[in-house]
Amino acid sequence: MKKAIAFKSVKKNYGQLKAVNGITLSIEEGEFFGLLGPNGAGKSTLINMLAGLVRPTSGSISAMGFDVVKDYQNARHSLGIVPQELVFDPFFNLREMLRFQAGYFGKGKTNDIWVDEIIERLDLSAKASTNMRMLSGGMKRRALIAQALVHRPPIIVLDEPTAGVDVELRQKLWDFIKELNNEGHTIVLTTHYLEEAEALCNRVAMLRAGRLVALDTTTNLLKKFAAKNLKLRLSAKKLFKLPSSIKEINFSVDNEFYTFELKKITDISKIIAALNKESIEILDMETVDQDLENVFLKLTGNKN
Amino acid sequence: MNSLRNQFLGTWTLLKKELLRFWRVAFQTVAAPVITGILYLLIFSHVLDSRLEVYEGVPYMAFLIPGLIMMSLLQNAFSNSSSSLIQSKVMGNIVFLLLTPLSYIQLFFAFLVSSIARGIFVGICIYLIAILYVDLPIEHPWIVFLFAIFGGGLMGAFGIIAGVWSDRFDQMAAFGNFVIMPLSMLSGVFYSIHSLPASWQKVSQLNPFFYMIDGFRYGFFGQSDVSPYLSLSIVILFFIVLSYFTIQMLKSGYKLRG
Repeated sequence: MKKAIAFKSVKKNYGQLKAVNGITLSIEEGEFFGLLGPNGAGKSTLINMLAGLVRPTSGSISAMGFDVVKDYQNARHSLGIVPQELVFDPFFNLREMLRFQAGYFGKGKTNDIWVDEIIERLDLSAKASTNMRMLSGGMKRRALIAQALVHRPPIIVLDEPTAGVDVELRQKLWDFIKELNNEGHTIVLTTHYLEEAEALCNRVAMLRAGRLVALDTTTNLLKKFAAKNLKLRLSAKKLFKLPSSIKEINFSVDNEFYTFELKKITDISKIIAALNKESIEILDMETVDQDLENVFLKLTGNKN
Repeated sequence: MNSLRNQFLGTWTLLKKELLRFWRVAFQTVAAPVITGILYLLIFSHVLDSRLEVYEGVPYMAFLIPGLIMMSLLQNAFSNSSSSLIQSKVMGNIVFLLLTPLSYIQLFFAFLVSSIARGIFVGICIYLIAILYVDLPIEHPWIVFLFAIFGGGLMGAFGIIAGVWSDRFDQMAAFGNFVIMPLSMLSGVFYSIHSLPASWQKVSQLNPFFYMIDGFRYGFFGQSDVSPYLSLSIVILFFIVLSYFTIQMLKSGYKLRG
């Protein structure tokens, strides 16, 4: 499979701060790729370097084989970027804005049919002639996605596309983005919503302090970092120390619930036996699947 | 991909958008400067028309008009590129341009031409209203045209520099209030520099606006304070230097790309 995007030893320094510190990764054509990390991890800097908004200190980046610095014009034809901020041009209506954006990429009147199709697919037809100032936040967000699509780029990069969006619209946007991926577009998504990455992405990269801390398929990451958790409600109000037979098993406490991280399923019988021995009664019990959030927290050491 | 046709269409789209942008707010971008120009004309000509004759056989009101046209043309050419850029930067929508394959030359060209267009449009409006009051034939149309193009271009380029450099509206206003306005008011719009003391004449000759106004006026009357060819050379030289500086600024991504 061809590489849609390739980052090679990319660094970006702002004075002493190493915002991106030697990242190498590639994204295949047709992938749905997630870029995760806490605030300041370097996700947006990486995306901005790909988009040409920020210049790398060293290293190289290519989009569909075109270097984003040396061959920026062809590289930008390959990219549709949805910025994080809700920005708009207050002088124009939605349709005008989309036509202008397509025009910058050399798309003439023949492209207007595609512009109208995007407007329809994003459920914006009723507002196509409305000035951008008058659109709601959710509509402006959809307009930004439409803008990224007007020149039919093979790669679509969405920087926090569902930030501040209500649940219903988030679901609609997910469906739309999935549809684009099914049509063959390579999708790169940065997000704070881990369930979003878990639900949508085939592969995930996790960043921390400008470095890549994990890069794998979402399924592998979940497998690698977690078996099931055992969640117990116990009679003991405070369990200061685990019985010695199970002390190698990690656990956390949330109110009256104790969550044990199971390395293997036989750990359950060990835990129950040890608690019985200490006469600690189990009031309630459930097993919980590990999610990407836990993997994320483990890898980034971030509680946010 | 990025064919010549695509590049032409891209530049044309940005130019069209910039033209439409000022046209959408024509009350502010066209009507307001035209009214200001006409007010200057009416007030100064009313007060001074019977008392002053700067050039022989040319009424003061007629003398005033080319200077006012050029002053408005220059100010509006500057305002067009500078306000478009600062608004886009403050609103954040500059990103829509920066994500496109448009090169720094294409950006420069589109902003420059739209600035010249707005300046000339405002100038033509003032001229059309002014000739209702006074007979004002154009003796050398080509001279008028060249000064309008290069003067507007010079100020359009300066506007791009100001728009890129400024981070806030007050910084941008400082360019207008402390650079453009004094230089244009002291450029001989309302007088001939021959009426000034020798020392002030020399100071005036350091002002590039003086050459733009004086040369433009020559196009109407065939009379000027200095040779129109000297003025045109200086204006073209300034235009080339500022354009080069602007292109380098855009190429470097200064204050636009991190």
